[in-house]
Amino acid sequence: MQTASNLKEYRKELQEALDNEFLRTAMDKFAVAYKSNVNNVFAGLDRKAMIAEVAAAKDAAIQNQEALFAEFKANAEKNGVHVHLARTAQEANELIASIAKENNCKRIIKSKSMTAEETLLNHVLEDAGFEVVETDLGEWIIQMRHEGPTHMVMPAIHLSRHQVAELFTSVTKEQQSDDIQKLVKVARRQLRRYFAEADMGVTGANFALADSGTIGICCNEGNARLTMTLPRVHVAICGLDKLAASLNDALKVVKILPRNATGQAITSYVNMVTGANECKGNPEDKKIMHIVFLDNGRSALAKDPVCGEVLRCVRCGACANVCPVYRLVGGHQMGHIYIGAVGLILTYFFHGREKAKQLIQNCINCGACKDICAAGIDLPAIIQEIRARLNEEEGAPIESTLLGKVLANRKLFHTLLRFGRYAQKPITGNTPYLRHLPQMFMRGQEFRALPALAPKPFRDIWDEVKRNNPVQPKLRVALFAGCAQDFIYPEQLVAAAKLMQAKGAALEFPMGQSCCGLPVQMMGERKAAEDVAQMNVHAFDVAKYDYIVSMCASCSSHIKHSYPSLLKGQPSEQVAVQQMVDKMTDFSSLLHDVLGYTEDDFKKGQEAVTYHAPCHLCRGLGVTKQPRDLIAAAADYKPSAEEDVCCGFGGSYSIKFPEMSSATLKRKLDNMEASGASVLVTDCPGCVMQIRGGAEKRGSKVKVQHLAELLVSKMK
Amino acid sequence: MTATPLASLFMEKANAVSISVTEVASMADVFSYALHLCKEKEPYQNLLPKGVNSTTVAAKPADLGDAQKVIAAPGLAEEDLKALQKLGEKEGILVISCGLRNFVAGLDVSVTMATMGIAETATCVLDCSDEEVRLASMLCEDHVMVLPKSVLQQSSFDVEQAIEALQKKGPRFISFISGASRTADIERVLALGVHGPLQLHVLLLEA
Repeated sequence: MQTASNLKEYRKELQEALDNEFLRTAMDKFAVAYKSNVNNVFAGLDRKAMIAEVAAAKDAAIQNQEALFAEFKANAEKNGVHVHLARTAQEANELIASIAKENNCKRIIKSKSMTAEETLLNHVLEDAGFEVVETDLGEWIIQMRHEGPTHMVMPAIHLSRHQVAELFTSVTKEQQSDDIQKLVKVARRQLRRYFAEADMGVTGANFALADSGTIGICCNEGNARLTMTLPRVHVAICGLDKLAASLNDALKVVKILPRNATGQAITSYVNMVTGANECKGNPEDKKIMHIVFLDNGRSALAKDPVCGEVLRCVRCGACANVCPVYRLVGGHQMGHIYIGAVGLILTYFFHGREKAKQLIQNCINCGACKDICAAGIDLPAIIQEIRARLNEEEGAPIESTLLGKVLANRKLFHTLLRFGRYAQKPITGNTPYLRHLPQMFMRGQEFRALPALAPKPFRDIWDEVKRNNPVQPKLRVALFAGCAQDFIYPEQLVAAAKLMQAKGAALEFPMGQSCCGLPVQMMGERKAAEDVAQMNVHAFDVAKYDYIVSMCASCSSHIKHSYPSLLKGQPSEQVAVQQMVDKMTDFSSLLHDVLGYTEDDFKKGQEAVTYHAPCHLCRGLGVTKQPRDLIAAAADYKPSAEEDVCCGFGGSYSIKFPEMSSATLKRKLDNMEASGASVLVTDCPGCVMQIRGGAEKRGSKVKVQHLAELLVSKMK
Repeated sequence: MTATPLASLFMEKANAVSISVTEVASMADVFSYALHLCKEKEPYQNLLPKGVNSTTVAAKPADLGDAQKVIAAPGLAEEDLKALQKLGEKEGILVISCGLRNFVAGLDVSVTMATMGIAETATCVLDCSDEEVRLASMLCEDHVMVLPKSVLQQSSFDVEQAIEALQKKGPRFISFISGASRTADIERVLALGVHGPLQLHVLLLEA
């Protein structure tokens, strides 16, 4: 649950979570185990195709929500079910309380439902005098601790066996050991009584089939089956987004949901309930059954062109499982009620901007969630859209407005950067790092050495580089430098240029180019992001080149994925944007696939080199083989653990949340050192900045380079 | 026994999720399996404390008469039920087919008949619209499901039409059962038998 009212308070909560040793260890173990489980359970399956099928089925249902609801209602009512539609969470809660009252129910049991968590149903029922007991083990534990869930599938993942033993000791008034098998049996015994006594059972639903009026519930424990069977009354609460046209669409979800959630091929139970079934607890032997559909903004969200996609969510929780931020702090800090990337988004729509405002900033944009999502939701893009909406609704913070204004004016931006080079003199101590930043800039940034601006930006040495262009070029390649390489690491571009020119590429460097605009997009400065995109498209004479290459994975990925949507309102730009997108490539792919570099081109040494896969390269552009092949061609490639996990940079993220950035970086450095390599290479200047800065600060012997620097040093 | 590819696949997948699978030739084999299992196991744990106050179920463990243990077998053909009851009597085991609401405190073994099976996920499809069948599948400590090889299919999409046809006919409760009642809610450690059966046994019937 989010209680922080400003960023400072939120950061304090994050720090507390970071200091929780048990949580950190448990989350680390989970993150590593989850990935291997998922790889196993999808073996031999076409995961991408499965995701595409779920996405298509869900999209169709979202578009057709109203009709599906009407069809469901008619079919379910035919079979004796009362079907309701609640416009708001409050309405749903009141409705359920009144159903309990009408049927003279006192004791209510529940099986796990995120929708009931969303409406805070328990509070309303308890306030109305009903006894409410959660029967899912994890939910029961957190209910007794008066906490919200920290994971959508494993709600008590933040607790240790010792904490559970203590809790069970106080509940049973008998000393309980911390043997997990025994603790589970304690719950089996304690909860059976509530199943026996309950008058009403409340469940959620994973799907609702319009063509037969059936609801479906996936469950491992079996508590949902008992909750639906033993009490006289069954109420299911179900988001409108769970409506599916037919069983076929639901089976697609059933196939991927448990695999993504827990690495299981299927849950122990998939229950499908059509109509009011036999119930011998009632005089007429028939269940009293109600289904409450919850709107709570969903029908309007269905019409939202950018964010509507979030209604595809099947609540598997995988976006949290792979999130480097979630891994550090768990669900209480990485969510309000809904957890993980989708939680950041749903909090804004279901629980308001006050709760979402701080939370929505806590995304490092590594793209791991988008990659795993069972329904193919572009979660990072929606998070950025919400940041933009929040800025529009509440006004942008001064620093982001300022950055937006500066970036939209290239000359001003570049003048400021040049001025920065003089201003930094007293603080570099003649090293390539900023040594003595004034306290106000340095707060929390001590975990890494920050680089100084280069004596000359790349644009000032371009004339020299251009002279080495081949006389009879095979290819024309335009360089997109990005700020970091142009102004901080021009030597990376010089190295890259040499490699490309040696294989017959004639390079061009359009001077009108500027920042790609990703930093302002991340801050929700929509207008500035659009202006900068347009400026860059104009700077390039796109039709003239065979390729446009960037040595920065973030720039290439941003241009490829965001420019078309940023500039979609401008018909005259479309041809150039599309050509730019089509010609844009990353450095490794150009060297490996186009220029054909192999080990014949390098003096292969014995040096052991490990790799960090930049988020925006391995997931953003799907490039994984080329950089590793190139390293292996030039050196002894030694993989390190979790190469594709974010380094913690995330641009402005590392300034806003230095404690998070630092903790993520620490693991990256540990893995780097454990690999036994003497050099780490990567192909993104932001990652170089982060990892090299951390290595410098730690006094590590491992040298951190851009891939281009390694390759140029090994050229025959 | 004929080792069909689907049966082999079912057994391979069942193995991975601790379902015990045995091939049997006849219902007589099913009965001897269930009786043997029941005889060998510890008597069921009574899960209801004193003072339970319920309007819908028996608040006390059911009276077993002279019998020591209990098997629930709703949904069997009448002559099969009679045969099982007769065999149970010899072993001091009570065999019931209804009144399961009197056994919420617990029971030893249940025997149910799967209507279809899905090999690639080791799933038994159980039509449990009959409340007794539904309760039997949850209240026992050992759940024995009989799955005729002839109704085994590859994937869930192969049983889709048959299920849809049932669902369109009126009230229906259908479950895919692919393991014992399980949880990993404490420290992600797998534990079986959190609410329902501690163990699922599937008997692949030659038919």
